[in-house]
Amino acid sequence: MATENIEKIANDYNAAYKNITKRVVICGGTGCIAGGSLKVYEAFQEEMKKRNIGFSLQITKGCHENYLSLSGCRGFCAQGPLVSVGDIFYTKVKPEDVAEIVEKTLLKGEVIDRLLYHNPVNNQKAKTVDEIPFYSKQKRILLHDCGRINPEDINEYIAHGGYAQAKRAYLEMTDEEVCKEMIASGLRGRGGGGFPTGKKWEFTRIEKGPKKYVICNADEGDPGAFMDRSVMEGNPNAVLEGMMIAARAIGADEGYIYVRMEYPLAIKRIRTAIAQAEKIGLLGENIFGSGKNFKINVMEGAGAFVCGEETALIASVEGKRGMPKVKPPFPSQSGLFGKPTVINNVETLATVAKVLEMGAEEFRKIGTLGSPGTKTFAVTGHIANTGLVEVPMGTTLRQVINDVAGGTTDVDGSVHPEHFKAAQIGGPSGGCLTTEHLDVPLDFDSLKSVGAMIGSGGLVVMNQKTCMVNVARFFLEFTKRESCGKCVPCREGTEQMLAMLTDIVEGRATLKTLENLEDLAKAVQKASLCALGKTAPNPVLSTLKHFKDEYIAHVVEKRCPAGVCKALAHYEIDPAKCKGCGMCKRACPVQAISGAVGKPHQIDSKKCIKCGSCKSTCKFGAVKVGA
Amino acid sequence: MTDRFETAAQILKDHQYDSAKLIPILQKVQDAFNYLPEDIMRFIANELEISPAKVFGVATFFAHFAITPKGKHILRVCNGTACHVKGSAVVINAVREKLKLKEGQDTTEDGMFTLECVSCLGACGLAPVMVVDEVVHGQITPQQAVELIDNVIKAEAEHGN
Repeated sequence: MATENIEKIANDYNAAYKNITKRVVICGGTGCIAGGSLKVYEAFQEEMKKRNIGFSLQITKGCHENYLSLSGCRGFCAQGPLVSVGDIFYTKVKPEDVAEIVEKTLLKGEVIDRLLYHNPVNNQKAKTVDEIPFYSKQKRILLHDCGRINPEDINEYIAHGGYAQAKRAYLEMTDEEVCKEMIASGLRGRGGGGFPTGKKWEFTRIEKGPKKYVICNADEGDPGAFMDRSVMEGNPNAVLEGMMIAARAIGADEGYIYVRMEYPLAIKRIRTAIAQAEKIGLLGENIFGSGKNFKINVMEGAGAFVCGEETALIASVEGKRGMPKVKPPFPSQSGLFGKPTVINNVETLATVAKVLEMGAEEFRKIGTLGSPGTKTFAVTGHIANTGLVEVPMGTTLRQVINDVAGGTTDVDGSVHPEHFKAAQIGGPSGGCLTTEHLDVPLDFDSLKSVGAMIGSGGLVVMNQKTCMVNVARFFLEFTKRESCGKCVPCREGTEQMLAMLTDIVEGRATLKTLENLEDLAKAVQKASLCALGKTAPNPVLSTLKHFKDEYIAHVVEKRCPAGVCKALAHYEIDPAKCKGCGMCKRACPVQAISGAVGKPHQIDSKKCIKCGSCKSTCKFGAVKVGA
Repeated sequence: MTDRFETAAQILKDHQYDSAKLIPILQKVQDAFNYLPEDIMRFIANELEISPAKVFGVATFFAHFAITPKGKHILRVCNGTACHVKGSAVVINAVREKLKLKEGQDTTEDGMFTLECVSCLGACGLAPVMVVDEVVHGQITPQQAVELIDNVIKAEAEHGN
C-alpha cells in the first residue's frame, strides 16, 4: 500500500477545522497531569454536557464548534495545570474552576482575573502566552507546536505542514542530497556529544547495505532533564518524521525508538503516532510510492543510565546487558546486530524536518557559528519558573535564568536573583557554572572552554543555601550506582570517589583526602571506557575548582557553610525568638528538646538526629542550623 | 488459574522465541508475576536456548527488574536532581524510618510496602515528588509522606484486603 495523499489529509483537516470557533487546550504533559489536569479535562466534558453545549474531542468532518483537546507539555510546569481558551491563558486551574471558565470565558469571552499568570516582577497579570516573559523571551522552533497541537492526532501535525519534508526527502532528493543539506546546516547532536548529525549520516550512508538501522535514543537518563520526554509527549510525529528522513538519508528500512520505562505517557503517545502513521502508509512499505520501506519498533528501556551511551543502548536492544563497547568500530560501521546504524537523540531528530523546511542557510542564521539552531533546556531547582525552555544556542546563562526562567529563588519561593550560587549543566556528566560564568554563551564550544558541557540540556539552578560538596556527592552516588561495571576505572573509581566525598561530608576527611580525590578524578576521566566514566568526575572536578573553600571548610573546620551536611550540622534554638510554645518538642522524634512552657527551649545535641523536624515546625524561625 | 509456565510460554510465543527480545520478554514476565521468579527465568533460558547465567545477568543488570517479590503498595520517591536540591533525602529518610527499613532493605517484613528511590519522574515542577501506588503527590514534606503511609495502613486495616 502506498502512502495516502497527505495534502488531501491536510486540506480535509483544515476544512473541518473551519467549524471550530473556540478551542480549549488542556495541558496533558506529565507535570500537569501530576497536578491534576486530566480531572480538569473530565470536568470540562461534564460541565459542557450538563449545559448542553456541543463539543468535539476530535476534528472530523462536521464537528462541533467547540473543540476540547489535550496537548503535550507546554513547558511551564510550575504553573500547571495549564488551560487555554482561544488566546486566553490560565494557570493553576483546578476542576472547581471549570464551571466558571465555561460560563464566563467560553460562553461570554470574559477573562477570569484570578486564573491569569501573575508576573511577580512587575506585578502584572498576563492574559495571553505572549505577555509572559517565560514564553516571549524564548525562541520556540522545535517546541513551537508542543502544547498547541493535539499529539494524538496525526492529522493536525500534517495540517501544520508535517511529513511534507519527509515526502520531499523520499521523492525529490537523493540520499546524498539529504546528507549534504544536513551537513550544511551544521546541526549538532543534541544528546550531549555535539557530533555533527549530517556527518554521522554520511558515514552510515556510504557503508554497504542492504540492512541498516536508525535508532532514536530516548533513554533520557539525566536526573533533572525532561526535554526529550516533553517533545515525545507534545509532538511525537516530529520524531517519527525525523527518523523517516534519517532512514531515507542512510538507506535504512528499520528503526527503533528506545524509550526509558519511566516515561509511560511518552511511550503511549509514540505508539499512538506510529499506529496512525502506519494506518495512512507513512510507515510500512512503498512510502510515498518511492518503493522504499521503513518500519519503527518501540523498545522500552529497563532502567539503566548507561544505556544512553550508544553502544550500550545497542547491546540492550539486542537483548544483552547494557554495557558499552570499545569504539571503533563505530555504530555507523557496525551497530545494531552488526549492521550500519545511525543513533540520534530525540531532540536532534525532531529538529531534522525543521532544518529541511527552513533550509540549511536559514537554519544557520539561528544560534552561533559553531552551534547553529536552538537548544531546549529543562530548568529546575531553585528557580521561579521551573520548566522547559528553548533558546537560540549562544544565549547566556544569565538570560536563561533571569529573563526566561524568572530568577533564582529562596527556599520559600521568593525571587532573589542575587542569591544565585551555581547551575549544574549537563546532569551528572556536566559541570557547574558559577556567577563568573553568567555571561558565558550556552553553546557546545563556549561551555567546553570553561570545563562544562551542554549535555542533554538539564539545567539545575542552585541558590546560596546549597552545599556544593553535597551536590557533587549526590551526582557521584548516581554515577556509582549506574556504572555498568565493565571497566575498572569507572567501577572502582566512582566507588572510591563516593567514599571520599562521604568522608568529607561526614567530617572524617583531611586535606590529603582532597588531593587524593582530585588525582583519582583525573585518572577516572582519562582511563574509563565510555562517556559515563569519562564524565563522571566532572561534577567533582568542577566543584573542586570553583568551590574549593567549601571543601576546605568541610575538612579543616568540620563545618558545612550552607548548613546542609547533616553530620556537620548543629541545631540550636535562639532564646530571643523562642516563645516556648512546645511545638518543636512535640515534633522531635527522639525527645531531644526540653524546656518549660513559655520559656526558651533547648536542644540536646547528643540526642539530636538532625532530622530538621523542629526547624520545619517552628513558626517563629527560632531554630537555627549552625555549622 | 493458568499454569505459571503456560503464562511464560505464551509470552515467549508472543515474542517469537527470539533471544534478542529478552528484555521485552522479561518485562512481560515481571508484569505477570510482579517479579522474576527463578524457575521462570530458568525456563526462559531453556526455551530460548541461552544459558541461565545470561538471563540472570540481564535481570540483575537493569534497575526495573526485581528478583524478589515486591510489596503490595509501591512508594516511589523521586531523587532526581530537582527533587534532591529541594529536599527529597529528608523525605526518603522519614519513609525509611516510618517503615522500619534496614540498610539495603526496600520491602517491609510484612510485604506491605516497597520503597523505590527513582531518578527523575519528570515532574520537576512539583519537586519533591512521591508516588503512592501511581498517584503523584507533589511538594511533599516528611510529615506528609508519613501521613500518606498512615492513610494506606488505615485503608488496609478497614478493608482487610
